[in-house]
Amino acid sequence: MRRVVVTGLGLVTPLGGDVETTWANILAAKSGAGKISRFDASDQKCHIACEVKPADHEYGFDPNKRVDHKVQRQVDPFIVYGIDAAGQAIEDAGLTDMDEATRLRAGVSIGSGIGGLPGIESESLVLAEKGPGRVSPHFVHGRLINLISGQVSIKYGLMGPNHAVVTACSTGAHSIGDAARMIRDDDADIMLAGGAEATICPIGIAGFAQARALSTNFNDQPEKASRPYDKDRDGFVMGEGAGVVVLEEYEHAKARGAKIYCEVVGYGLSGDAYHVTAPHPEGSGAFRSMQMALKKSGLQPSDIDYINAHGTSTPLGDELELGAVRKLFGNAIANVSMSSTKSAIGHLLGGAGAVESIFCILAIRDQIVPPTLNLDNPSEGTAGVDLVPHKAKNREVRAVLNNSFGFGGTNASLVMKAV
Amino acid sequence: MSETADRVKKIVVEHLGVDAEKVTEEASFIDDLGADSLDIVELVMAFEEEFGVEIPDDAAEKITTVKDAISYIDSNKG
Repeated sequence: MRRVVVTGLGLVTPLGGDVETTWANILAAKSGAGKISRFDASDQKCHIACEVKPADHEYGFDPNKRVDHKVQRQVDPFIVYGIDAAGQAIEDAGLTDMDEATRLRAGVSIGSGIGGLPGIESESLVLAEKGPGRVSPHFVHGRLINLISGQVSIKYGLMGPNHAVVTACSTGAHSIGDAARMIRDDDADIMLAGGAEATICPIGIAGFAQARALSTNFNDQPEKASRPYDKDRDGFVMGEGAGVVVLEEYEHAKARGAKIYCEVVGYGLSGDAYHVTAPHPEGSGAFRSMQMALKKSGLQPSDIDYINAHGTSTPLGDELELGAVRKLFGNAIANVSMSSTKSAIGHLLGGAGAVESIFCILAIRDQIVPPTLNLDNPSEGTAGVDLVPHKAKNREVRAVLNNSFGFGGTNASLVMKAV
Repeated sequence: MSETADRVKKIVVEHLGVDAEKVTEEASFIDDLGADSLDIVELVMAFEEEFGVEIPDDAAEKITTVKDAISYIDSNKG
């Protein structure tokens, strides 16, 4: 069977415009949260978010590095983040000069949960105030979810599968899992896979706040708001950004002497079949998703050293996920470390599964696991589990599990291991 | 250079992300400045906003160079 390995990484996050800056800040237990600066949020229930910082910030993002000025003007920020993260991954993989034969077998699967919400919001106002003749001719293709894949394919001449997943907050994980299958099934030798999101805009914050999903008790202490597994958690903090990996068929990567980070060995998917926003009360969808990924990997729970949890800091979800992990891992839970990096960068929605998969990959590379910030008073249900409170921890990391769950009751899990 | 020409060139530079010196009056939006048909639709909208003129679709189709845009605006603005 064709094996799939990771040979390149790219990140745009609230803690950095690239992989190494983000990772250093994650390990240093920094928070990317702050008061919303993009618009006046004073009339909203939630005043805080984890925004990607401007280029002049200590760990800001410079869109001019990899995205044409004209494209930046025409498309929503999630596409800009996605193109840049894809470019980083291609550079990291040493694939900037692919010949035509290689590009015919290279594809893209970069999705988003929501797509261009800020642009939909602002052009709707143009329509209402100035009429249809003032709506941008780039309105549609500047907001569509599959236009990261489209733009990346055009920019780098990638002629293989051109795909985009839309599964809310599990998009990033599904994108990587689906793309790995495309390589395994011989549709491609190389796939750029990941997810992006940028919905920190008035209607995005209002919509999630009205759904009672966002933290609203920490408007004056933004860095304390995202606190997965803590007793005082009261909802997620919205993040934004993108994560993209280069997936490559193992022999292909070996033949060109590529740096190999790890192998994607398991992918699980399931549906809760329960409720549009609430998780299944017994965590059954989460359990089956993890179980399938583990089974496919051929590994035992005791082989998994680190779990990057979905752990969004919502009252219901965190403990249900932990319950499902407990059920699957049995006694092996005593030796696993499980943390939620959403405590540092917020919830990147459709980008989360990809960004967090990259943290898992870096945990394998550096043999260190990132912390769960703000875990001051762990919930009762967390006893006996190492949730890596406050500080990163050096430890053996042979294999990792990443979970992502989304509205609509959609679940995805990935298992990756050192080669 | 006329005031209209200055303002037209500024819009072209901003929308197409090209160097100002490339935006000569003879420059063709598509052949010289890398625009596609939708970019021209957007440019025409920007000219309408900037100069308060209406540029109907049949007139817009005939605007292919910077000079075409300047001439149309100079003959039609209020």
